[in-house]
Amino acid sequence: MPATTHSSSEIAYNGSMKILVIEDDREAADYLEKAFAEAGHTAHVAGDGETGFTLADAGDYDVMVVDRMLPRRDGLSVIAGLRSRGNTTPVLILSALGEVDDRVTGLRAGGDDYLTKPYAFSELLARVEVLNRRASAREAETVYRVGDLELDRLSHSVRRAAREITLQPREFRLLEYLMRHAGQVVTRTMLLENVWDYHFDPQTNVIDVHVSRLRGKIEKGFDKPILHTVRGAGYMLKSG
Amino acid sequence: MALSLPAIMRTTAARLSALYFLLFALCAVLLVLYMTSLSARMLTAQTQETINDEVLGLARAYQRGGLPVLVRVVEARSRQPGANLYLIADTNGQILTGNVQSLEPGVIETEGWTREPFSYRRFGEGELERQRNTAADQNETQPGQNEVQAEGEKGHNAIALVLRLPNQMIMLVGRDLGEPERFRAVIRRSLMLALGMMGLGGLLIWFFVGRAALKRIDSVSEASRRIMGGDLSGRLPVTGAGDEFDRLSENLNAMLARIATLNEGLKQVSDNIAHDLKTPLTRLRNRAEATLSGKHKTTDYRQALEGTIAESEQLIKTFNAILMISRLEAGYSSESTSRVDLAAAVRDVVELYEPVAEEAGVTLESSVEGDFAVNGNRELIGQALSNIVDNAIKYSTDATGKPAVRVALGRVGGEIRLSVTDNGQGIPDDADRARATERFVRLEKSRSQPGSGLGLSLAKAIMTFHNGRLDLLPANPGLSVVMGFPSRENH
Repeated sequence: MPATTHSSSEIAYNGSMKILVIEDDREAADYLEKAFAEAGHTAHVAGDGETGFTLADAGDYDVMVVDRMLPRRDGLSVIAGLRSRGNTTPVLILSALGEVDDRVTGLRAGGDDYLTKPYAFSELLARVEVLNRRASAREAETVYRVGDLELDRLSHSVRRAAREITLQPREFRLLEYLMRHAGQVVTRTMLLENVWDYHFDPQTNVIDVHVSRLRGKIEKGFDKPILHTVRGAGYMLKSG
Repeated sequence: MALSLPAIMRTTAARLSALYFLLFALCAVLLVLYMTSLSARMLTAQTQETINDEVLGLARAYQRGGLPVLVRVVEARSRQPGANLYLIADTNGQILTGNVQSLEPGVIETEGWTREPFSYRRFGEGELERQRNTAADQNETQPGQNEVQAEGEKGHNAIALVLRLPNQMIMLVGRDLGEPERFRAVIRRSLMLALGMMGLGGLLIWFFVGRAALKRIDSVSEASRRIMGGDLSGRLPVTGAGDEFDRLSENLNAMLARIATLNEGLKQVSDNIAHDLKTPLTRLRNRAEATLSGKHKTTDYRQALEGTIAESEQLIKTFNAILMISRLEAGYSSESTSRVDLAAAVRDVVELYEPVAEEAGVTLESSVEGDFAVNGNRELIGQALSNIVDNAIKYSTDATGKPAVRVALGRVGGEIRLSVTDNGQGIPDDADRARATERFVRLEKSRSQPGSGLGLSLAKAIMTFHNGRLDLLPANPGLSVVMGFPSRENH
């Protein structure tokens, strides 16, 4: 691995993705292309909305990263156009606008996730990997298992190595989210958004304290760590 | 104020005055023309009637005694003062008798009414008087005629009836048109006079009324030019008359005051940005420079880069907060608001911060008296409350006893009140407390704490967006931050 590789990419993802990046800023697009390649994915770049729409319509992409403000065709219009043609490829919207309204209109147009510029690449990578439709198959499962950790979504019970673990409701939801995306990096903002439904930056890193509390409950008394901290990115639940 | 004519005509007052003047003048002229033509026609009809009567009388005289009697009667009538015109000529048109010395050629050649008024000369007019002896048979009539025709140096106009006598001689009976023409002249003169007075009146009205308005408008536009030129403290003149101009000036002044406030706010923000963003940016740059110069180990570079990222992340947060505050102050669209359950918001935020409080050794407790809902934005309310709770936890740690933060939700009067109270040192100084919600204000003792100094300002902007208030009150010990929402619905 080259020295420039981000620490999060050290955890090998079990499959490479084909990503379409629609971004008019040449430098940002090149950086994304390179960074995705280093993370083991293939990224194609389109410099404007029309080209992006044509590429997305023709190619079979796992995830698309779409800038909101694009020449020739607006990002939201590209997404809406693709959705109306039955294209369900997950879309992450990149935008310099970060207001509540903008997020809502972005998601309403058919976007699946929304990230405000400037962003850390580790955040973008984590979100894109979670969006990948091949990874979201766990949605339907009722019992999540990671190593000897088991979470039953119906009875709301958690076991590790057959030992019952009592969790608060929010801790349960936190663990549920981490287990659904086991093997994937999950960032603090992703946790705040998906577990607490808040999209702002808390002044103190409250998430870290919640995670360390959860970690105490699921790791204390067991030999193997299961909830890992990924430096500079977030957390990952992984056995072994 | 010296104004050229085109400049005067560019003013609304002058244009209106000119337009009204033209309209009234046109109406007056039309009215006068109509009346004149009506009167003239009546006069003409009257004249013709008089002539007809004369002719009837003469016809009777002719029937009585033939031509000699007729001539005698004509001569007699001709001598009367203010007499009509009489003329008897032979078949060749040679004048035999009557009081007409000469007339336009061709008048007596056609029988019936003359089509057009014609000019003629009576005996004894002007220098003709001196030839009295050549018209001896008319001599006696001259003194009387002289008075009547004194004003006529030139020929007069008349209309006449031309008849042919049974012996083929020509007789003309006519009447001078002097009277209708004098009437016309009088009308013309009075019309001119009226128009002149109207023009003068219009000019006077324009001068006193129009020019006054023009002056007011000019002073307003001059004042606005001054303000546009950079004198933002300038205001438009208000005379105190309470008229439309005063109301306009007052409204524009209110607008200027609002602009000045916004401008002041903008200036303050840019000052703060300059101060609070430049400092970390300088630090960032210095660190990068220091790392580049001299030899370092790889771990040093890594450390420097990580520090750079952390610093820039903090900068982005500060920047986002500034943007958010200004957007909130500019007003969000109502689309982003919905019904927000405040009790749930309190539960969520307390639950979010509970582990942090516990780690800091602070007791975080909440009391919610009932269910309260407001129209607002859940995300924003959550953010405001978490900023306040975050602060409270930080500042309660210097409490003398066991640090505690208490979040309470209840109704006080017509207000739904959400308060966060800590038992730390608080902010004893009233002025400091009032300043604490201003942008970037970080009171001395909080300088040591991490943060941008925007948490409370953002919370205040969020409360303003919700038509509510944010107040800092002393809690003895500690500080109580009160978020007051106007209560519209009962629960």
